[in-house]
Amino acid sequence: MYTYSKEHKEYLKKLKKEKIIVFIFRFLIIFIFLIGWELLSKYNIINNFLSSSPSNVLKTAINLFADGSLFKHIGITLYEVILSFVVATAVGLIIATILWSNKTISKIVDPYLTILNSLPKVALGPLIIIWVGASINSIIFMALLINTFITIINIYNGFIATNKNYITLLKSFRATKRQIFFKLILPSNYITIINALKINISMSLIGVIMGELLVSKNGLGYLIMYGSQVFNIDLVITGVVILGIISYFMYFIIEKIEIYVRNKRS
Amino acid sequence: MKDTILNVKGLKKIYHDRKSEIEALEDINFTVNEKDFISIVGPSGCGKSTILSILAMLEEKSGGEVILKDNISIGYMLQNDSLFSWRTILDNCLIGLEITGKLNKESKNYVLKLLKTYGLYDFKDKYPSSLSGGMRQRVALIRTLAIKPDILLLDEPMSALDYQSRLAISDDIYKIIKNEGKTAIMVTHDIAEAISMSDKIIVLSKRPSKVKKIYDIKLSNKSTPINNRKCKEFSKYYDMIWRDLDVHI
Ligand SMILES: Nc1ncnc2c1ncn2[C@@H]1O[C@H](COP(=O)(O)OP(=O)(O)O)[C@@H](O)[C@H]1O
Ligand SMILES: [Mg+2]
Repeated sequence: MYTYSKEHKEYLKKLKKEKIIVFIFRFLIIFIFLIGWELLSKYNIINNFLSSSPSNVLKTAINLFADGSLFKHIGITLYEVILSFVVATAVGLIIATILWSNKTISKIVDPYLTILNSLPKVALGPLIIIWVGASINSIIFMALLINTFITIINIYNGFIATNKNYITLLKSFRATKRQIFFKLILPSNYITIINALKINISMSLIGVIMGELLVSKNGLGYLIMYGSQVFNIDLVITGVVILGIISYFMYFIIEKIEIYVRNKRS
Repeated sequence: MKDTILNVKGLKKIYHDRKSEIEALEDINFTVNEKDFISIVGPSGCGKSTILSILAMLEEKSGGEVILKDNISIGYMLQNDSLFSWRTILDNCLIGLEITGKLNKESKNYVLKLLKTYGLYDFKDKYPSSLSGGMRQRVALIRTLAIKPDILLLDEPMSALDYQSRLAISDDIYKIIKNEGKTAIMVTHDIAEAISMSDKIIVLSKRPSKVKKIYDIKLSNKSTPINNRKCKEFSKYYDMIWRDLDVHI
């Protein structure tokens, strides 16, 4: 058994103490916020009709759960987000690979990628409804417009920034382009790819909610839209809170994957 | 008399880019005999790395001839160790075999034997970040040796190291190359390093370069590179080469 020196034990103690402080304060912030919000609206210091309250949000969530619509809405939004995330990831990887392997193609499409990426896609919303129809398809389409180009660009930029010395090394063994890709480009860019996935998941959520606000009959975006139309602020805020929880969880999963991959290779 | 295994005749290289063309090599001639240790020295930017790149077939030549004896293979050790951080030491050493499709039990055992002989076996499952600069350089050499090349090309293999490690590693690398019975062509900008390690030194002129002089290094009681620095002929060679390289005289 390895025993640590006194200094090292003290260092570990300090780390632990810091961890506890961070945890307590994180908890305190949300606790004070919720209690404050609850009290302020209970005594009508802030207009409780307009600003809802934690207990009302909880009640609304329970009602939605009881009539079965909570998981239906969550399920549909999740389905749309995951579908557009997976498609954008696949398309992003494939296109980035093609661009990496062919300089001429990448030179040709470079300005188009930049334009498509910087264009505010929301502006195309009404047009998408006309083209694709007011269905789940246009929600996916909207999400893909928003998440795909940035995914391509991020992954591609990682690929072309790969250390040139490494490429020379593999070429000195007469490696084919395919070997260079699988032995070097892909494994050396795992952080880039994970970061691209993180951005992709946020963009997918944004795109899906945007789409749902515009056309949907289901999903959390619809819940929020519907709530605001009938002036049910409790419903709007419940939708937003659930969305926050979902996006945190998705981020959390990708972070776990990142840690898993990192641990596997060091 | 040893066999000639490589003959470079009138080698020429012109680099092109949009704005200009750079004539790097004008007329390079030399021969390499089996088991020779040859150093190439010359002013920086004169085209030393270019010669190795052409021999390693990483660059096309613009003229002249490179004649290799039949069935002679070449291994290239880059200036930078270029170890992959996500591969273990052993897996780094196997990459060349993987690429060339020669990875099998026998070739793997050969690599394990090299790691054992050169004091890296205990680190074989570690990652490169846990090794010192000198050890990394030895791993890079074993990675090159793994494919059993007949001629080793070394591009300033020690230049990333501090002076102390350079001396030790040049001894190590020299021993490894001699033990394994390889022919070596090394580029360096360190005259003392070249004299202490080589049988023959090729001095290049500045760009566009030609061979300015070729020295056969004959040291009395020649042994390891560190000891060779103490030979009485050492300073004589040093002065001559130093004068060859000094463009201001
Ligand atoms: N890929 C390249 N494209 C254009 N010019 C190059 C390239 N590689 C080297 N050169 C030029 O050729 C000359 C010789 O380079 P190099 O062989 O690296 O010199 P050395 O190794 O002797 O310092 C330099 O002037 C360098 O700028
Ligand atoms: Mg060089």
